[in-house]
Amino acid sequence: MTMIKALTRLLVAGVAAAYLHAAAPASAEEIAVKIGNFTFGPQELKVKAGSTVTWTNEDDIPHTVVSPSTFRSKVLDTDGKYSFTFTTPGTYKYFCSLHPHMTGTVIVEAQTGSVESGEH
Amino acid sequence: MTEHDDGMNRRKVLECMTWAGTGVLWTITGGVPASLGIIDEAVAAPAKGFTFLQISDSHMGFDKPANPNVKGTLEEAIARVKTLPVKPSFMIHTGDISHLSKPSEFDDADQIISRAGLNVRYVPGEHDLLDEDQGKLYLDRYGRGTQGAGWYSFDDNGVHFIGLVNVVNLKAGGLGNLGNEQLEWLEDDLKGRSASHPIVVFAHIPLWSVYPEWGWGTEDGARALGYLKRFGSVTVLNGHIHQVMQKVEGNVTFHTARSTAFPQPAPGTAPSPGPIKVADDKLRSMLGIACVTFKQNEQRLAIIDTPIQK
Repeated sequence: MTMIKALTRLLVAGVAAAYLHAAAPASAEEIAVKIGNFTFGPQELKVKAGSTVTWTNEDDIPHTVVSPSTFRSKVLDTDGKYSFTFTTPGTYKYFCSLHPHMTGTVIVEAQTGSVESGEH
Repeated sequence: MTEHDDGMNRRKVLECMTWAGTGVLWTITGGVPASLGIIDEAVAAPAKGFTFLQISDSHMGFDKPANPNVKGTLEEAIARVKTLPVKPSFMIHTGDISHLSKPSEFDDADQIISRAGLNVRYVPGEHDLLDEDQGKLYLDRYGRGTQGAGWYSFDDNGVHFIGLVNVVNLKAGGLGNLGNEQLEWLEDDLKGRSASHPIVVFAHIPLWSVYPEWGWGTEDGARALGYLKRFGSVTVLNGHIHQVMQKVEGNVTFHTARSTAFPQPAPGTAPSPGPIKVADDKLRSMLGIACVTFKQNEQRLAIIDTPIQK
């Protein structure tokens, strides 16, 4: 009995630690955006500076990910992936150059605890 | 669900689909273009005079479940062209020749389409400009004698044909785009022409607003149509939406052609405009329904879909 209690406590502590870790990332993150049904999901994303966003095309039709003057993917066929690392805080609007009605936004915030104002 | 369910084998369904994508034969009588229906009907009632052919959206390289054999369906479409009793004057291809702009895809298309033995006039679809140089490959192959991103005009049998490009420099949140340079060229191209001169305009994305929610329209299409307003007979032929749609507005007839590769849903009837793809056991009923729907559309459009019966 006591052994099970102890084990449970350990487990709870472990889960709590994992949760804390996820809730307050010390630094850059790896974030996935799904392209499906001609939409970017999530359509709007908030990330810390230094984070890498990876788009994966799950449609039967090719797409691209283009943010004019910031990044431009090659054409992504089904299951094709494109990654971009956002180092500078700001708001990045992007779209699919093949189907321009498909749009999305990545909002890049300064690192937690950083004194950087985020003005760019 | 429908009578097509009973005894309709896969082959028949595929034939039906092939027919749906064969092509549209056009004839010009008294300066007014009229669709003769898909090729089968034209064979039954040969056209007098001048005809030309439109094919669209071959998507060479597409290999997804909606149609894993796009070469096969294009081959069948072209084989039908060769059976026409009256040879069309030429053929137009309204874009998306390839799926991913690969040289091998263009090679396949050229090889199959050339079997028709017809002069072919192309305009690009957005799938034809996906090479690293964003369209150089297309222009190298198909752009001889064209302006800008590949637009041009020519005359045939007293009709003025204009091929426009509305798939470059697309803007976030926007639709198809002609751009100022092309529009100025168009205005100049039409200047001084008699209003009785029949005009046929062709481009990949519909020039009219079919369904902007899916990007099915052209941002500055209205400006182009403004230049065409004074002409007594204007026909606008497009592809892109992989289904037949027709609209008449004043002297302008708008028409979109089917794909030879795969069908797309009617506006707003699916979560997205992606290829219609169903499980094999559902395919028959889906294609059967699609054929019936095509029939209904065709009554309105005066284009009759005739499945092959042997």
